Amino acid sequence: MNTEFMFFIQLVVSGIALGCLYALIAVGFVLILKATGIMNFAQGEVIMLSAFICYFLVTTFHVPFLVAVLLTGIIAGLMGIVTERLILRPMLGEPIFSVVMVTIGLSIFLRSMAGILFGHNNLVFPSPFPTEAVKMGGIVVSQTEIWIMLSSLVLAAVFFIFFKYSRMGLAMRGTADHQDVALLMGISVKQVFALIWAVSFITAAASGVFLANVMVINLGLSVVAIGAFPAIVLGGLESIPGAIVGGLAIGIIENLAGGYLDQIIGGGVKDVTPFVVLFLVLMIRPYGLFGKKEIERV
Amino acid sequence: MLKVNNIEVVYNDVILVLKGISLEVPDGAVVALLGANGAGKTTTLKAISGILDSQNGELEDGQIEFMGNPIHRLDPDRIVKKGITMVPEGRRVFENLNVMENIKIGAHTRTDRRQVKRDVEKTFDYFPVLEGRKDRLAIFLSGGEQQMLVICRALISKPKLMMLDEPSLGLAPLLVKEIFAMLRVVNDKQKTGILLVEQNARVALNFAKYGYIMENGKIVLDGPTDLLVKNKDVKEFYLGVTDKMEKKSYAQVKHYKRRKRWLS
Repeated sequence: MNTEFMFFIQLVVSGIALGCLYALIAVGFVLILKATGIMNFAQGEVIMLSAFICYFLVTTFHVPFLVAVLLTGIIAGLMGIVTERLILRPMLGEPIFSVVMVTIGLSIFLRSMAGILFGHNNLVFPSPFPTEAVKMGGIVVSQTEIWIMLSSLVLAAVFFIFFKYSRMGLAMRGTADHQDVALLMGISVKQVFALIWAVSFITAAASGVFLANVMVINLGLSVVAIGAFPAIVLGGLESIPGAIVGGLAIGIIENLAGGYLDQIIGGGVKDVTPFVVLFLVLMIRPYGLFGKKEIERV
Repeated sequence: MLKVNNIEVVYNDVILVLKGISLEVPDGAVVALLGANGAGKTTTLKAISGILDSQNGELEDGQIEFMGNPIHRLDPDRIVKKGITMVPEGRRVFENLNVMENIKIGAHTRTDRRQVKRDVEKTFDYFPVLEGRKDRLAIFLSGGEQQMLVICRALISKPKLMMLDEPSLGLAPLLVKEIFAMLRVVNDKQKTGILLVEQNARVALNFAKYGYIMENGKIVLDGPTDLLVKNKDVKEFYLGVTDKMEKKSYAQVKHYKRRKRWLS
């Protein structure tokens, strides 16, 4: 096979791995957004905190990697429930704008707390994955990337089954449609909200653990969450499948643009591309791929 | 079965909507609650199902009893568990769920999952149209089908008392007939009590055994429906006929004087 084509495939494959990360982060945002209408700006801080927690569990407490991941997930889930209980529930019935401001406050609080607790140094995660890359017919993929792709696939499947077949998943989807009617069905909306925050924070923890494996850990990790915004908008804001497809698409586009255009222009294209896409989506199709143009029947 | 005792409801801490409502639904009975727009019918139902909190409303005074136990301090999910289900006004289906899921979500409070599956099949017997559409998203159903769906969704929780808020709103007369025929069967077979809120007085008075008439947050008249239909004021204001059983032109009606007596 010619090398041009192999180069393309190579870019697409690592784009998918990157896209999986974007998709995970985006799903964390979309879960809360869809069920409660709140954009949680503290999501990035949760990702960063999870990375730190996992790091210290592995290095300071010598917990095996898999157990550390599980523990991080549990801690993040509890954090989600506590956040909902202490910070969001008192804001119930307040305008959405005020609630979103509160999440911005929470993000500042969490970032400062992380600075106090974990320090401002760059940490490098002792990756449990072997460093040598896997070669498959000329394409080189690192083992970390393979694990990211596999775990994202598993998580997506778990989400699908949970929302499609479980009683609580159905209740969550119903609550997302109409809160007041959900109340009339005997669904405890408070419970649903607490659970949504927990699930969303667990997703954030998963992306945090993966990010820790591919980047240095420091307070700046929280900014990565902003990279998921183009994916969310491309997916149509309130759609979970949309967030996944959007994440993958942004990952691939970013990598392709980086691979081909960087040679011509000379660097930096990769970082800008997602936001160019964001810009284009907002101009051409503001409701995204899976978002609905509101249909109202009178 | 249900006893509402002198309740007062205030919205936003200032607007007094219900000024002391009392009503009663005996075991397995069908009771209608009639009244003009803004009389407080829907608010009464919301007070019973406990969802006033989420709408800035508050129960200031009075008690609500169900099967002998007070329920006015309970969360809405507890009230559903006790056996009261409300079908809200305006065909509020979950648009992004398909028909099957819409019915299943109504069984949220039930723990016997296997029996639920069988009961879903049973509810399809009442409205066979829905069975053919069970994988379709609820948003794509017609208005009549949506109304059937929300009734099925309420039935699946096996309520002892079902409260319906204007099930005939915006439906063709033939469909209204079909839905009420089905409600009659439910009432006969499962002995489910029904509290019906309606603007369509003719249909409601035909269907119910006992009726309450509300105006401005008060009950102004109540009695067995066969007596109510003979009442002069009910005839004129709600059924639109005079003593001589002829239709009256609005131009001739001296509404004002009569109404004034009703309201004071």
